[in-house]
Amino acid sequence: MMAPSSRLRDVLMPLVLFGALAAVPLYATLADDRFILLFATRIAVMALAALSLNFILGFAGLVSFGHAAFIGIGAYAVGILAENDIWGAWISLPLAVLAAGLFALVTGAISLKTRGVHFIMITLAFGQMAYYTATSLSAYGGDDGLTLWGRSEFLDTPVFSDDTWFFYLVLALLAGAYGLLRRICGSRFGRVLAGARQSELRLEALGVSPYAYRLVAYCLAAMIAALAGALMANQAEFVSPSAMSWHRSGELIVMCLLGGLGSLHGAILGAIAFMVLEEGLSGVTEHWRLIFGPLLVLVVLYGRGGLLGLLDLGKRS
Amino acid sequence: MSLTLLAVQTLNGLQLGILLFLVAAGLTLVFGVMDFINLAHGVQYMLGAYLAVAAFQLTGGFWSALPLALLAALACGLALEFVVFRRLYDRSHLDQVLATFGVIIFLNEAVKTIWGAAPLSVPLPALLDGSIPLTETLAYPVYRVALIGAGIAVAALLYLLVTRTRLGMLVRAGASDAEMVAALGVDIRRLFMLVFGFGAMLAGFAGILAAPIFSVEPGMGDNLLILAFVVIVIGGIGSIRGAFLSALIIGLTDTLGRSFATDLARLLLPPAAANDVGPALASMLIYVLMAAVLFVRPAGLFPVRSA
Amino acid sequence: MSAVLELIGLNKAYGALQVTRDVSLEVRAGEVHALIGPNGAGKTTLIGQISGALRPESGRVRFEGRDVSALTLAERARAGLGRTFQITQILPEFTALENVALAVQAHQGHSFRFFRAAARDTRLNDAAMAVLAEVGLAERARVLAGALSHGERRSLELALALALQPKLLLLDEPMAGTGPAETEHLVALLKQVKQRCPLLLVEHDMAAVFELADRISVLVYGEIIATGTPEEIRANADVRAAYLGEEIPA
Repeated sequence: MMAPSSRLRDVLMPLVLFGALAAVPLYATLADDRFILLFATRIAVMALAALSLNFILGFAGLVSFGHAAFIGIGAYAVGILAENDIWGAWISLPLAVLAAGLFALVTGAISLKTRGVHFIMITLAFGQMAYYTATSLSAYGGDDGLTLWGRSEFLDTPVFSDDTWFFYLVLALLAGAYGLLRRICGSRFGRVLAGARQSELRLEALGVSPYAYRLVAYCLAAMIAALAGALMANQAEFVSPSAMSWHRSGELIVMCLLGGLGSLHGAILGAIAFMVLEEGLSGVTEHWRLIFGPLLVLVVLYGRGGLLGLLDLGKRS
Repeated sequence: MSLTLLAVQTLNGLQLGILLFLVAAGLTLVFGVMDFINLAHGVQYMLGAYLAVAAFQLTGGFWSALPLALLAALACGLALEFVVFRRLYDRSHLDQVLATFGVIIFLNEAVKTIWGAAPLSVPLPALLDGSIPLTETLAYPVYRVALIGAGIAVAALLYLLVTRTRLGMLVRAGASDAEMVAALGVDIRRLFMLVFGFGAMLAGFAGILAAPIFSVEPGMGDNLLILAFVVIVIGGIGSIRGAFLSALIIGLTDTLGRSFATDLARLLLPPAAANDVGPALASMLIYVLMAAVLFVRPAGLFPVRSA
Repeated sequence: MSAVLELIGLNKAYGALQVTRDVSLEVRAGEVHALIGPNGAGKTTLIGQISGALRPESGRVRFEGRDVSALTLAERARAGLGRTFQITQILPEFTALENVALAVQAHQGHSFRFFRAAARDTRLNDAAMAVLAEVGLAERARVLAGALSHGERRSLELALALALQPKLLLLDEPMAGTGPAETEHLVALLKQVKQRCPLLLVEHDMAAVFELADRISVLVYGEIIATGTPEEIRANADVRAAYLGEEIPA
């Protein structure tokens, strides 16, 4: 992914993406369209989750199939605290992030000992473990999930309660996470991750064992995903095990692939494309998955590089 | 925790284990021989069940529906291989995961569109519609015992096929070194297609057997698929023997865990807490087991590949 | 002269096939020690056991007087045991400069540094450029490694090992697949490298071997049948028998 790539793709595209998202509330006000604001919030939350996955998937080359578990842990942290009448975001958000980081540390320490298919399977299995644990939390809604009777609070500000404020909070966190991860990708640490993706043997021969680096990256990605989960719980005012299902993990991978694994912000573009597609298709027919499934197969078979890849293609011709 | 309950749950565990084995066997062969990770293997189980429903509606009898559904399941597997999967063999695992995920999304929705979202079922065949008394108050359905028997028979047949025939030899060699088999001048594409169709049929068979006792509904293969993955990872990818043993282990662990975890938790915790912790613990059990096995033996219990 | 590397009674088998039989060997300070033998003699397997990528069933590896038998590939690399691979192991999506910079970074210590941009880190780039200049790739520094020619990749492979400033270099067929001009370039390069650290060289190109080596060991069916100076090896009857049909330059 660190190919000396087009400025169009790596500088202009992120600016366009964030600019477009930032303009949504303005458009929503002018067009008096509240739906688009809520929809954009959902997209931004999902983009944050997909971004964190793309860091380990696209950049570090770790095909993790259990990423939804971290989102779920973040969401449940907010939900469980709210159920116990603790609404402060300064408690719930750090706790959500820490809990997911801890879960990632334990499961990652085991998973990262394996390679290839085994890694895919074992992350999938740990994801399912979290899923079934959530379904058996009878005190917190079990299968049916948990309705929150409000949103988190932060001092006395409206950042959570007001939809426009909340959208900008999500967008700011998305931008912050993007900046942080992009910085990390370019650092010495990032070089090790990207190098290990290309040839683990070469890294070992250079005296570097990628394991510890990958574990740190895995935990970091989990913590950002948990942040997305905590925001998701606030956005929907509802928490349920389905947020952790392996379908959701699969969808997150699809978002990364759709946008392009080669750049971090591909995940943001992918999340937008995925959610718009889902929304659009489900407006056409109730059985939109009949179209979406084959579309996904076609993208995998013929759409190398995702949407960002198309940009490069356009430039070359 | 009475002894009879233990006996019944052990039989239930065996039954789940057998179904898991039938699904996992195809998965592990396809995986071992072709290095192809097929998430859509679970929907082949679901297709088997739906085809059983359709064939039953068509013929009105279980015994005539069985071969019909089996052939249809085989045809579906081969069709999928022809249309989608053969384009994926030389792709990365990530591509395989995503494309087969797309196939799942499509097929789950397709059965929902054709048959509706409501659960369907197939009546038990009259011949097996009885029960075997275990004690004076407790009986176990004949059909479930027959299912276990049928599964064991298939396992035995499969074992003979893999260890005693030329095809089986190629499959075993392919699992440990696919390039070598290709170098021997075997038409690897045809071998792949054969193995694939066979695996699809086994999963379909499991679905047909499950149709009279479980509700037939969209997505029914998804959870079984994950369990089947756990089975083949524990058993060692490519190993039929490993798949059989670990399928039984997983089936028993999961079933017995779910029935007795709460009771066990009560020994240590106050009842209210035990009621919460028990089910959570039970659902985590097999994953903890898998993590433990992989931690000690990263290639599973019966590794096929030496590397 | 003292031994930098000592192999003591190494044995390894793949199933029934014994690929390394009781191999003992030493590489002395300042020498180029060549390891030759027919195809399938077990040369790469032996390099693997020395570098730590493979585990022998029995026997010990001592490096600079220290028993490194229990260390992993990465640990031995950190201890100063550099190696190149027969099949080039470069990072194709990095530029040549980024490849070597990563090696420099590995040599400088741990890489848990998250914020400073590695691409603008002069401590990495200057050292990396120096190594690239040494192997003759300075002008190709900004080219993606995957886009380099085969000969250039072989040079880059060597540069990666050199950037670690190894105390001993294991070279697994560095000239494999290179043309005459490239081979000449690599031989000249290895003569320079020899000034800095001893080399254990596995190579099929006999002209290169006899030009570079101070001592030669001959491996046949996993067993060392002779060790000696190039003259001694040339005169050795067993070696001639083992190489029946193959030419040893007179």
